[in-house]
Amino acid sequence: MKFWIGAGVAVLAAGAAAAFVPYEYFFFAGYTVLMFMALATAWNILGGYAGYVNFGTPAFFGLGAYTAAVVYKAAAAPLLVQMLIAALMSGLLGLVAGLLTLRLRGIFFAIATIALTVIMQTVFIAWRYAGGATGLQLLRPPPLAPFDSYIKMLFVLMALLVVVSVALARYIERSWIGRGLRAIRDSEEAAEASGVPTLRLKVIACSVSGALMGAVGAPMPMYLSYIEPESTFNLNYAIGALASPMIGGTAHWAGPVIGAFLLSTLQQVITVTISSEMNVLVVGVLLVVFVVAAPEGILGLLKRWLRPSSK
Amino acid sequence: MAETVLKVSGVSKRFGGFTALSDVNLEIARGERFGLIGPNGSGKTTLINCVSGILRNDSGSILFEGEEVSRLAAYRRTRKGIARSFQVPRPFHAMTVLENLLVPTAYVLHLKDAEGEAQAMEILRGMGLADKARAHARELSQVELRKLELARAMAARPRLLISDEAMAGLSGSEVDEVLRILFDLNEKGITIIMIEHIMQAVMRFSQRVVCLDAGKIICEGTPGEIVKNPEVQRAYLGA
Repeated sequence: MKFWIGAGVAVLAAGAAAAFVPYEYFFFAGYTVLMFMALATAWNILGGYAGYVNFGTPAFFGLGAYTAAVVYKAAAAPLLVQMLIAALMSGLLGLVAGLLTLRLRGIFFAIATIALTVIMQTVFIAWRYAGGATGLQLLRPPPLAPFDSYIKMLFVLMALLVVVSVALARYIERSWIGRGLRAIRDSEEAAEASGVPTLRLKVIACSVSGALMGAVGAPMPMYLSYIEPESTFNLNYAIGALASPMIGGTAHWAGPVIGAFLLSTLQQVITVTISSEMNVLVVGVLLVVFVVAAPEGILGLLKRWLRPSSK
Repeated sequence: MAETVLKVSGVSKRFGGFTALSDVNLEIARGERFGLIGPNGSGKTTLINCVSGILRNDSGSILFEGEEVSRLAAYRRTRKGIARSFQVPRPFHAMTVLENLLVPTAYVLHLKDAEGEAQAMEILRGMGLADKARAHARELSQVELRKLELARAMAARPRLLISDEAMAGLSGSEVDEVLRILFDLNEKGITIIMIEHIMQAVMRFSQRVVCLDAGKIICEGTPGEIVKNPEVQRAYLGA
């Protein structure tokens, strides 16, 4: 109950911001922060709970973005329809890629997911209808009723998507699926020996995670009024989606949310005040610091701080 | 002879050019205490990996309660009633001891947490681990980890329990403690296969012992017969 009140307050706050904050740039930057919160939450379902490190975020995100763009170009489908089809396509990619690659363990799975991104990028470079290597210019339709600008509308939409992602991740975390995924993370053999259908659970996690990433990618072409393969399948999405849970903590749904909020906000501030190259460096340094000094992330630090007696 | 629980016939397993098991045949009766011995690398763990489903045998058949299981995924075999512990303990580190047992109660018995906890606590009490139920697996001592392995296996309510070197590295009194647990489980009707290096423990526990060497069964008999067998002495001590 408390969770849903919090979620409602968060969405209302996003709506209120759209109504009262006059600066367009706030929404332009805020959208990116929210986007990474949703991406990190989606990543954590497979990468955090099950411990399968996925570098393929750009593949799922990019497929979602391109699906939305193509559906829009072909049928002028409304944004929500674009998102649904994008989620479906990326979920399907998660299912198929999961069945093929989730038999691999550890580093081999991670390598396969990098290859997945390269494959997807190559496909869209080769596809003329989707704009090929040069990309596709898209004309935004006017924003829907209560909104006076398209960016504000996307900002509120993304806030909703964060709530949906977190609710889904939280449901999985607390259900029998979550317990099975945690068992897989600690020992896959012992999980099997305890009756856990490991491959099936991993494929479920990969599909749900992929579908969410696809939905998060869907509004991107409208956000930029443009789509092209190089930036859509950018490795920065993989790093952001992976670094945020590592920094926030992977064991609890709040970890990726906190991590992505801090990291993306910091990146936005650095991009504006110093330079856009600098923000990549900051992610790298923070990631190293947390992996070495606080492997359980900010949540782990808080837990230790609140209960100093236990080790 | 009582009803056969496990029947292994003609099972072979190769890793590349290395033959880990060749034509292994075993028959284990319900309620039996069965010992599996053999020098390092003789194929004991490979054999039980084939039985529990972590590995697939290349040829031969494995019947559990009359049903062919050798092509089933490991988790399905656990659901059918074959449980095992691991030689090197593999607890779910991030969970408490109690939660470790809730994995099999949820996935094998399909129990809700409240019922699962009640059952898990009963098992933990039986093993003297009840006071550690809320502790994290990473805080346990060696002997407690071994007990957790057995407790988690038991939480799936198996009819066949395979104990893979549950006593290696334990002190004399700790070995006695684990042996007592295994005897208790057997008295409740559970068939037990014990793989063990500690001779004294296997010999005390088992009604029947099989000795593997280089992937083949070299002899089978009561503990008394096994220790006198010249082939076993050769396998262990070298000729």
